[in-house]
Amino acid sequence: MSLQFLADGLVAGATIGLGAVGVTLTYSILRFANFAHGEFISWGCYLTLLLAGAIGAWLGASVTPLGALSIGPNVLAAGLLAMALTGLLAIALDAVLFRRLRRHGNSITAVIASFGAAMALRAALEAIFSSRPVYLSADLQIAIRVGGLRVTPDQLALLGLALLLIAALQLLLARSNAGRSMRAVSENPALARIVGIDVAAVIRLTWFIGGALACAAGVMLGLVVQIRPTMGAELLLPLFAAAILGGIGSVPGALLGGLIVGLAEAATVQWVGAEWRAAVAFILLIAMLLLRPAGLFGRPA
Amino acid sequence: MMHDVSGIIAYGSVFLTLALINGIACLGLNLQWGQTGLFNVGIAGFVGIGAYTSALLTSAPADGRFGGYEWPIAAGCIAAMLMTGAASALVGAASLRLRADYLAITTFGIAVMVQLVLRNAEHLTGGNFGVSFIPRPFASVAERPALFGTLNLLLVSGLVALLYVALDRLVRSPWGRVLRAVREDERAAEALGKSAARFRLQAFTIGGAIMGLAGALEAHVIGFIAPDNFDSALTFQVWTMLIIGGSGNNLGALLGALLVATIWSVTGLATGALFPPEDQARAAALRIVAIGVLLAVTIVLRPRGLRGERLSVSRHLTGSGQP
Repeated sequence: MSLQFLADGLVAGATIGLGAVGVTLTYSILRFANFAHGEFISWGCYLTLLLAGAIGAWLGASVTPLGALSIGPNVLAAGLLAMALTGLLAIALDAVLFRRLRRHGNSITAVIASFGAAMALRAALEAIFSSRPVYLSADLQIAIRVGGLRVTPDQLALLGLALLLIAALQLLLARSNAGRSMRAVSENPALARIVGIDVAAVIRLTWFIGGALACAAGVMLGLVVQIRPTMGAELLLPLFAAAILGGIGSVPGALLGGLIVGLAEAATVQWVGAEWRAAVAFILLIAMLLLRPAGLFGRPA
Repeated sequence: MMHDVSGIIAYGSVFLTLALINGIACLGLNLQWGQTGLFNVGIAGFVGIGAYTSALLTSAPADGRFGGYEWPIAAGCIAAMLMTGAASALVGAASLRLRADYLAITTFGIAVMVQLVLRNAEHLTGGNFGVSFIPRPFASVAERPALFGTLNLLLVSGLVALLYVALDRLVRSPWGRVLRAVREDERAAEALGKSAARFRLQAFTIGGAIMGLAGALEAHVIGFIAPDNFDSALTFQVWTMLIIGGSGNNLGALLGALLVATIWSVTGLATGALFPPEDQARAAALRIVAIGVLLAVTIVLRPRGLRGERLSVSRHLTGSGQP
């Protein structure tokens, strides 16, 4: 039995986990399922692509890939910039759309609005970049062997980066004042406001973190698959599955949920057939909703 | 001159027929969302189940594909409603007892699964090529497009009228009142001895069956279906129709369907005339952006839509007015 799916599944799972963190945070703090979250992933990836090209042109011929990786410093710098921009995009979307709906106090209307926003954001990418696939790196990478599994240096670096980002976020939530405020708002917004927490700032921070991590997921995805405007939308169901699997509001849960979904998908591709991969997230989701709707780390609603 | 007039009639009748078919799906959604507050993001999946059920049962046998029983069209439509109703009941039973957004996520997943089966289970659904040569009503006059289109339009209009009257009676019946009670205040409804879960499941099932009918009609009117017809763009269109028309109002649902279909068709003609052929795909994306923005603006500025919900207490009382 080949265990190759472990390598592919862990990388895909870390990508899903990064995206699911944003879903789980917006769900627990703003209390609605954001169907536009997948689009932050696509936008993050396209922004990185644009910026990497611009920085590469500015640096001229001096851009060479870093060590064994297929990407140069321009892609790394572009990714960091794009993370900030995608975070701002999420804040902007909240300011023009979701904030107005919160005033009416109906969270399910926000779900419809997010669905409309998702269609508009995705179609906008298609109008700007067309649906022709593009790539972050044109180089082919030779896989190295780690304990019998074939992995590329890119995959190893990305896995490390994803774990680092999520560990940093978990530290921020657990130890910093901002993190404590976020948890307080998630617990009870009215009470949080009474004790003097700036709820609007907490909401902006939530969107920023969600958008930035979605962009990181987009860059990871963009190094593995073709970059197309639908790339994020196709990841939406795995994101929801991972967030619910891990328990709404739990950051480590979202990562673990992402890894479970990623590994299950990779196993399906290896043993059942690649065309049925998209069914895996749904089956996990239904099983979880029937057996343990609060998730692995969640509290019952 | 004669030729022009019949061309316009043919185009206009096909346009109105397809708009009304989307209107039927919109009426189904109105029962689920407008009356009962159930959030369905998988409309395309349910419409697809209806379309394929009727198409496979009524068409002639084809090599290497399930179905081909040559049932009459009406029987196919009824089977489509039963099948979609059953699928909705299953989905509802699994997720209605959970939070509202979990139903949204589950129905979204159902639509993804239906797409997957339509594309990959080639022996059942014909795969990416879809199903063609689906029997069409009034096929004997198909060579005369104006007459053919008009007859189809009359047939679909008749069905819409029937459905409208039936739904209007349902909404005003005691059953409809319970739906709205469950939507507004579940605990109060439970305190009055009404099982919220049961009424929700009934509304979700009937709404789903209506969407299945819309799918079956689409299959028979066009005569050809493929997985692409049932992707998330359809779900998005039907939602936009209901929100713009006014959720909770059946007339609003139909008005919204006609209005959005008109916008879709006019912007299609405009982009066709304004952009060179190689940019057509990107221009089509701009139309979706426009409709998405229209949806968002309506939700923010005019949440009740064109025609909001009317306060309907009982058909035995006359004191109905704006809430």
